[in-house]
Amino acid sequence: MSATVAETAVFPEWQGKPLEEALYECRELVEDTTFPTVRRWREAGGKVVGHFQVYFPEEIVHAAGALPFKVRGAPLEPTQADSHFGSYLCSILKTSLDLALSGRIELDLFVSHPICDAARNLAAIWGRNLPYPAEILYLPQNANSAHAATYLRGEYDRLRRSVEGATGREVTAVALARSIAVFNENRALLRELYRLKRETPWQVSADEAYVLVSLAGLLPRDEHNQLLRWILPRLVERPAKRLDKTRVVLEGGFCEQPPLDLVRSIGRSCYVVDDDLLIGLRWLTSDVSVTGDPLGNLAAAYLEQSSYSPVQHDLRKPKERMLLERIANARADAAIVMAAKMCEPGLEEQVAYTKALDRAGIPYFVSEFEESMTSFDHLEIQLQTFVENLLFR
Amino acid sequence: METPQAGSPPTASAPTAGSPPASPLANPLVGRANRDGAQLFRDWFATLGEAAASGRGGAYVFVMGSLAELLRTFDFPIVFPEINSLQTAVRHAAHEYLNEAEDFGFSPDICGYVKADFATQMRGGQLPMGRIPKPALAVYTNACNTYIKWAEIWERMYEVPIFTFDIPGTRASGRLTGPGNVDFENDRKYVAAQLAELITLCERVSGQRFDIDRLREALGHANTMNRGWQRVLELNRSRPALFNALTDGTIYLGVANGLRGAAAGAAYFTDLVEEMEYKAAHGIGTLTAEEYRLLFVGVPCYPIFRRFNELFTEWGGTFVNSTYLWFASGGSNLGFQYDLERPLESLAEGLLLSVRDSMDSMFFSPAILARMIDDYAADGVVFHPIKSCRTVSTGLADSRRSLLAAMDTATLFIESDHMDRRVVSEAQLKNRVDAFFEGLATRKRLAAITALAPNAGA
Repeated sequence: MSATVAETAVFPEWQGKPLEEALYECRELVEDTTFPTVRRWREAGGKVVGHFQVYFPEEIVHAAGALPFKVRGAPLEPTQADSHFGSYLCSILKTSLDLALSGRIELDLFVSHPICDAARNLAAIWGRNLPYPAEILYLPQNANSAHAATYLRGEYDRLRRSVEGATGREVTAVALARSIAVFNENRALLRELYRLKRETPWQVSADEAYVLVSLAGLLPRDEHNQLLRWILPRLVERPAKRLDKTRVVLEGGFCEQPPLDLVRSIGRSCYVVDDDLLIGLRWLTSDVSVTGDPLGNLAAAYLEQSSYSPVQHDLRKPKERMLLERIANARADAAIVMAAKMCEPGLEEQVAYTKALDRAGIPYFVSEFEESMTSFDHLEIQLQTFVENLLFR
Repeated sequence: METPQAGSPPTASAPTAGSPPASPLANPLVGRANRDGAQLFRDWFATLGEAAASGRGGAYVFVMGSLAELLRTFDFPIVFPEINSLQTAVRHAAHEYLNEAEDFGFSPDICGYVKADFATQMRGGQLPMGRIPKPALAVYTNACNTYIKWAEIWERMYEVPIFTFDIPGTRASGRLTGPGNVDFENDRKYVAAQLAELITLCERVSGQRFDIDRLREALGHANTMNRGWQRVLELNRSRPALFNALTDGTIYLGVANGLRGAAAGAAYFTDLVEEMEYKAAHGIGTLTAEEYRLLFVGVPCYPIFRRFNELFTEWGGTFVNSTYLWFASGGSNLGFQYDLERPLESLAEGLLLSVRDSMDSMFFSPAILARMIDDYAADGVVFHPIKSCRTVSTGLADSRRSLLAAMDTATLFIESDHMDRRVVSEAQLKNRVDAFFEGLATRKRLAAITALAPNAGA
């Protein structure tokens, strides 16, 4: 990849526009299932590494001068991928493969993780049907082993070699440290966005915040940083009226994503003051050290400076306790516990979450969703009823 | 039908002067494995009942990487919740358990094994065939992610220690690593470190010190079993097949799991090899007049277990091998032999290789199936994805496509479940199976015609 690629803005549309128009452009990009930023990056000669949900050490791809692209399905009919799967599967798996089979996205390497029983099959299926390498990154599932970080450091080194093979570019320790710094800035900016959601949710709607996070999976991270640096202060300053809305935590968006219109519907009824939407992009909760061994630092951060999700088992982080903490930290009044249809870990966790919420006396609303759903009226009425009930508790 | 009814074979009697020589079928070792397997299973379950009655906690484990070789040395009663759950389906009681779990809040769309076990726990461990002890600890690999979610339920219910034994799998098709490779060594060290941590946990929970000589003994038994399992699978290349992989094979599989690392398990497999070698030498097959040799891919349909098999045997179809006998044996099919001179290191290596193989036979199956078709002279492959198990089922449609692109073979793709009879439609299954066999018959006729007129169409 030449320096030109990194310097080329793949998403110039927002630049030079007022805040609301810039936000409109961001939303348009997130909803565009032709993924123009990935296409532009490739047209400029760049390499692309697609990584499936949830967490992926994007710094390693960034250090190779390539674009890490978050593969997280799309709201479309998987006409080409459907025959590669049986019934009883979540939508994200099918639509993700469809993006590749239909040529909407072209990659140089695809990586999935054993986050669930369905997803762990994906790299094998991908590899059988597409002409570039597809592999599984075995993130440690025994997060409590004293050897987990050492193992993960070795696994990241294996990934580094795969990325070098796919991109044709060496990943040096210096480049890695530089990439970690770029991502540290991005993490800080996303934390600031979430602070804004918690402290002044009337300044940024649920769908706007979601769109801004979502762009991280579509843009070179330096470019995403530039966008957030410009937009965050303007969100703070925009004229907005505080409404008497219920503060809720939305849980269930760690893998398959609810349609943007669904997030918008929820935001019309409540203030979403925290959530787990695209949690993989926010998995590391603090800065990763830029000194010392970069791969070792990334490995340690995955285990020690990280959030939680139904697909990571860590005895130190029982999910229901973590949810209660999230609710308390966000000073939320209630929770919306969703799960993607046919999502085994999400549906299983839903039981633990609701029982814990019952014990804690926190009201909650339970629902299922699918990325391709298009009708939200019924759900919105149910949600409004739930919120109204809360007012008269 | 080529043999007497398994489970009720004729009694052997010594030939007397003037009487015709006894048929090889009369030998009491024909059908012995099915009888003994059922008895061993009952005995094992009785020990679980005794443990439950005395309040002893069990080690809850799973078939893909049970670590029974190790856990046995701490005298834990070994409980296999998967096997318990499937037994509720075989005994036509699963729906009661599923309903109870769903009433509690579990979705109809999650694994039926998990729900049946949850209801079992809510019933104080009561199952149709007896009572199981509560868990004292749970040990499970990552070969199935649902194992992890399942164990979290016990952790919440009982506050018992649970241990995820993380065994990294193959990263991409055809990229197998072995000793000496830098990535394999990274995995091996991780597995070895977890083994040491698990031993410490077992000592704490059981109150017993780890005894390496007892481990050595258990590994010796596991070696006999692994060797036997590999040999038994290999012997089923015989024509006719010596056992039905779907039915008889499931009995052997139950012993392979339940008595792994035990003297009785090793003896059973020694006997099983003897029986199969005898049957091979005398051309004794299964109950089916073998017309078609089939491979089974997926998990059996336990709610109508016998009938499901009959849908195939009625047409002369015999299952000669299955991926189930591979992955659900935790990779015993590899025949891995532990080095008893260095038991811990060898156990780590064996676990890594065997459980990895288990996962490979689910995720990277097309190449394995292509070899199986050749090795077993199979006429067709039956893919049976199920609603409950995404680990096994997600990749099957694509595996089938891949296999068909690579070779001309007959395949059948039918969906149902291993627990939930609500998604098992016998009539629909039968229609599909019948059509499959009609296709197989046509293939056979065409092959015969081609053989008679080799230059036809040239």
